[in-house]
Amino acid sequence: MDSARREWLLNSALALALFVVPLWAWIAGEPFIITLATRVAILAIAAVGLNIALGLGGMVSFGHALYLGIGGYVAGIAAHHAFNGTPVLGLPGTNQMLPVWAIAMLVSGGVAAVVGALSLRTSGIFFIMITLAFAQMGFFFALSWPAYGGEDGLPIFMRNQFPGMNTNRPWDLFLIAYAVLMAALLVFALLRAARFGAALMAIRQNPDRAAAVGISPFGIRLTAFILSGMITGLAGAMMADLTRFVSPAMMAWTMSGELIVIIILGGVGRLFGPVAGAAILVGFEVFFGGVTEHWKLWLGLVLLAVVLFARGGLIGLIAGRARHG
Amino acid sequence: MKVFQHAVFAATLAAGAATMAQADTVSVGMITTLSGGGAGLGVDMRDGFQLALDMADAQNIRLVIEDDAQRPELAVQIAERMIQSERVDILTGIIWSNLAMAVVPSAVAQDILYLSPNAGPSALAGANCHPNYFNVAWQNDMLHEGAGAYANELRYQNTFIMAPNYPAGTDALNGFKRYYEGELAGELFTQVGQTDYAAELAQIRASGADSIFIFLPGGMGISFMRQYEQSGLDLPIVSAAFTFSQDILPAVGSAALGVFNASQWSPDLDNAANQEFVAAFRAEFGRIPSLYASQGFDTANLILSAAAKADVSDRAAFRDALLEADFDSVRGDFAWGPNQHPIQRVYIREVVEVDGEITNRIVGTAFEAHADVHGENCNM
Amino acid sequence: MTLALVLEQLLNGVQFGLMLFLMSAGLTLVFGVMGLINLAHGSLYMIGAFLCAAVAGATGNFWLGLLAGIAAAAAAGALIEVVVIRRLYDRDHLDQVLATFALILILSEGVRMIFGPFPLYLNVPDLFRGTVRLGIVDYSLYRLALIGFGLAVALGLWLLIAKTRLGIRIRAGESDREMIAALGVNIRALYTVVFALGAALAGLAGALVGAIQSVQVGMGEPVLILAFVVIVIGGIGSIKGAMVGALLVGVIDTMGRFLLPRAFALFLDTSQAMGVGAALASMLIYLLMALILIFRPKGLFPAHG
Repeated sequence: MDSARREWLLNSALALALFVVPLWAWIAGEPFIITLATRVAILAIAAVGLNIALGLGGMVSFGHALYLGIGGYVAGIAAHHAFNGTPVLGLPGTNQMLPVWAIAMLVSGGVAAVVGALSLRTSGIFFIMITLAFAQMGFFFALSWPAYGGEDGLPIFMRNQFPGMNTNRPWDLFLIAYAVLMAALLVFALLRAARFGAALMAIRQNPDRAAAVGISPFGIRLTAFILSGMITGLAGAMMADLTRFVSPAMMAWTMSGELIVIIILGGVGRLFGPVAGAAILVGFEVFFGGVTEHWKLWLGLVLLAVVLFARGGLIGLIAGRARHG
Repeated sequence: MKVFQHAVFAATLAAGAATMAQADTVSVGMITTLSGGGAGLGVDMRDGFQLALDMADAQNIRLVIEDDAQRPELAVQIAERMIQSERVDILTGIIWSNLAMAVVPSAVAQDILYLSPNAGPSALAGANCHPNYFNVAWQNDMLHEGAGAYANELRYQNTFIMAPNYPAGTDALNGFKRYYEGELAGELFTQVGQTDYAAELAQIRASGADSIFIFLPGGMGISFMRQYEQSGLDLPIVSAAFTFSQDILPAVGSAALGVFNASQWSPDLDNAANQEFVAAFRAEFGRIPSLYASQGFDTANLILSAAAKADVSDRAAFRDALLEADFDSVRGDFAWGPNQHPIQRVYIREVVEVDGEITNRIVGTAFEAHADVHGENCNM
Repeated sequence: MTLALVLEQLLNGVQFGLMLFLMSAGLTLVFGVMGLINLAHGSLYMIGAFLCAAVAGATGNFWLGLLAGIAAAAAAGALIEVVVIRRLYDRDHLDQVLATFALILILSEGVRMIFGPFPLYLNVPDLFRGTVRLGIVDYSLYRLALIGFGLAVALGLWLLIAKTRLGIRIRAGESDREMIAALGVNIRALYTVVFALGAALAGLAGALVGAIQSVQVGMGEPVLILAFVVIVIGGIGSIKGAMVGALLVGVIDTMGRFLLPRAFALFLDTSQAMGVGAALASMLIYLLMALILIFRPKGLFPAHG
């Protein structure tokens, strides 16, 4: 069996497992398992976003927590004003997911456009560090801006609503997250297969040659970066609804690190890498966190082992080395 | 209005989450900080709580403990697991206000009782108060108010006040100013987690202040005091207990001697329950208990007292039993305010050296029976 | 606002900058010679502080503690290099970031398992207690000593790199790796020595700063981020850049925290001005870094042309 086919099978198995496990939990009356699966799905959406920049474009953004946080705060602020019945920037607050998602993507895309346009002037470690610097600015701003709770964060008393669904029921919320994850994965797959994706990968491998054949590296990469920020921002809005809470911790540099960890654990540039990685990370937090207070030590050891000895992540380990890059 | 919405939400969820545990066993979930830089507070709180259970030889309490690593989203996830999988009746343990704000509103809405052993954000004491939320420690402002009142007694005329730039810091400065009657020589917000205070010390020196009020919990307080000692400044300092509690005093050392700090508890407090607690804690763990350990100890004893009177599956009866507060608090008398936060005596402690150990000793009283100001916004 | 206050704040900025330089020098050296991003540099700083506090506590002698801190950080550095870092030199930055991120988790939890969850006590040595009069400013003697330490280390590093055989090899390693291998230099040993040297500098910084800060788990992380800001501003791999970057960050951060709230107080009420000023001050150095990178994408002193 060749590796492409094995990867396809593995992807199908992952997609199925992420659906069947919570389905079983729903039937068995284990709502927490559904909540965990929802968290895996939402983290995976965030990482799919980062995977466009990092996996396809080779842009190692160490500041994607910024977009997660922006999306989160959009949802939190909208819900806050809807709950209190006060306007924000002249608009009423809302407790509907769809407009919140649209605004979250718009705002995080706008910020990603500015950050990307400035950061893409640099490369290598400078790119890593300038994206980190922008995320730190966002973090400190959120931390010391008193209007929406500062470090205490902003609780969401009523989850945002989705037409035809009761988002307070774990299973309904899971279905929404799962559908969005599949849509995000589809976008990723289409992008990768399209000329845009080919150009992006060509630029990653050799920017000079790409420029010589008439591809504008800057425009393509910036577009990918914006898309990447938008998807991660969407995940942020959904994360806020899941935890019913937003805080500056969503923008902390360790969160940016965690998003990268998810991608590495799953497999860089792999379609389902983020899903596998998110499942591993959440599993670790839940199962080891209950067993030992030193669980971070074990997480570190596993992570180190993956980086040193299993470079393709889980998917690479099972499906063999990637076809590209 | 908010309370009403909570109640509706609670009713929908409570129907499904009927407790599966044995009727007479109380399941307690403790979410606290056991790793990272803030672990000392969580460890002390947990040890105090566990000690109370051991001393009572409690068989009817099932305790589940998990580390939140001081991360709000992890705390929320653990709370959901404890509620949905472990079917706990009571949650407790959170040290930090921002984590409490993340966990408490949705937990109490799901008909889980929350007993706060440390954090007391003003939002949960006022407009967002809830019948299922009990604060066993204090509202965040309370000890700072004590510091403000005592500053008057010490006849401070021109105090320089300083706190980190986050809500608990703003609460601290507001709490101090609410009672302090003198002038302010200056007012500064520092960064959260700041480690170098040279710039602030220079401004204090230049301000001509006659005294200093600080709220710098954990490592921030250690750093400030170390640098204060080397700065050549020699002004009296008044503060709340957090910056001078037993978990960090050994690390601050002699630099802290002579500082006044407001607290509802002190290791030298002279009542039988406290003497027994301090002795048992020292015997078990080999250190003097901190404020946080005393609060964990009280929280456990409050739960035990209620469990002896009511079945936890009957939440209303258990709440009434908690409200009776029929336990020997190590702080002395314990009474509830209308928002289910304590009304209590606030002492003034001085940092002293006893037998080679740096610790606190009571030197005065700031308030006899003090309630927080946010209760008036609470309609329960 | 008196002249004395402004001068004192400038001095504070310089002192803060020189401490940052100690951290950044090791970081930039490792990047310059081996091309490695080491996020675990802050953990070595933490190890230096913990060992210094433990040994000073046991012996009552700060200087023994300082030596122990440096030695422990260097030994930990050498061990990490041999076991982990060595495998990362020809990997991309992504793998390096991840592996050293994993090391942070391991080292932080490891230190906590050994030393417990409570902060440790470490005091300023008797020799440097109190203050000293500098013209119109009363200044902490220990902070003045820190300035001295920072300058001495900068001088020592310069001498090491410019005048010694090791320095020649380091410079050769920075410009052409194949060449020094061809010259018969044991490149593996050289890398271990350079990494241990960088670790020792971090341990020295941790031990020195630990005496006036809180020695606790996680103390290395904020200063790690600052050190990265410093070396990115200065140009990664350049010791001179690290010095300039460190002083820039130290002075701008200190002056920002001092002046911004006052500036806002001119048109806002005090509490509000303090809040807004402090918020902006905390973002200031990141703003500086972004601005410098936008105009100088490889920092102020690019190391490799």
